[in-house]
Amino acid sequence: MAAKVIFDRDRCKGCELCVDACPVHILALEESTNRKGYHPAGCTDTSKCIGCASCARICPDSVISVYRD
Amino acid sequence: MKPVYVKSKGLQDTELHYCPGCSHGIVHKLIAETLEELNIIDTSVLICPVGCGVFAGNYLACDAVEAAHGRAPAVATGIKRTCPDQPVFTYQGDGDLASIGIAEIVHAAMRGEKFTTIFINNGIYGMTGGQMAPTTLIGQKATTAPLGRQKELHGEPIRMCEMLSSLGGLVYAERVCVADVPHIIKAKRAIKKAFTKQLNNEGFTFVEVLAACPTNWAMTTRKANEWVLGPMAEYYPLGVIKEV
Ligand SMILES: Cc1ncc(C[n+]2csc(CCOP(=O)(O)OP(=O)(O)O)c2C)c(N)n1
Repeated sequence: MAAKVIFDRDRCKGCELCVDACPVHILALEESTNRKGYHPAGCTDTSKCIGCASCARICPDSVISVYRD
Repeated sequence: MKPVYVKSKGLQDTELHYCPGCSHGIVHKLIAETLEELNIIDTSVLICPVGCGVFAGNYLACDAVEAAHGRAPAVATGIKRTCPDQPVFTYQGDGDLASIGIAEIVHAAMRGEKFTTIFINNGIYGMTGGQMAPTTLIGQKATTAPLGRQKELHGEPIRMCEMLSSLGGLVYAERVCVADVPHIIKAKRAIKKAFTKQLNNEGFTFVEVLAACPTNWAMTTRKANEWVLGPMAEYYPLGVIKEV
């Protein structure tokens, strides 16, 4: 099953709610900072994404969209 | 590829001013999804509070007006009575609703005004910097209660759902939280049910959301959500409090 998770990087505030919500533990904060000065969340291994959209559902700032085949 | 989750049309494209991990943003999304699914984005009227939610009208895609502190239910009463065919809802924090505006909400519920109130209970005055609210838990610290809330001095916290449920005009009260994904799904169901009941003209509908304020609680977002699911949900039981 192919799934894709897309981050609107510059809107992320690095709250880590998505990191905690991901059931397959593939989300983490980046080392670099975004336009707001936060460490934004990103996906460390897209191939493991199951497209459950838990990350997108919990994100307060609508940073994440999820697509699936 | 098909979208599984994309931003709701019920939201504008504005960036939210809320602190990282604040529950306000999650609740905004649930309201936006509800408005979109019920096809009432263009007809709904939001009455904004004074508090962190003051700019909610810049974020949700429906019409919005701003009320004086705590007076959203009075403004909603006027709008709903004038435009009975339009969905009307207030969005209020616990300082706004349970403190300065408690008379307005109690009387709107008593009269059975046919609008919906989304009540954000984070147990603190967020916008003004973390003062004690009527909902602050016993022992919980606030800038105006540095030793923690004490029962002898400050009384016990108000359970708004239970209090308003004693009034005949209220037809639906449910308490939810948005501390994790399963609870977010339940919270969405409650908000949609409240709006649906309003569209059926049933009476006053009320959804209380236990919300995290990591900044003023001085907690990480993870700890803050543990606080919601632990001590808060213990004192403020989740679930349907009244449905007629
Ligand atoms: C008449 C009046 N009194 C006091 C204030 C100061 N004030 C602004 S927001 C607020 C409380 C907000 O707390 P809450 O309703 O819990 O919302 P939150 O910010 O936590 O979302 C107060 C007391 C005001 N703006 N107007």
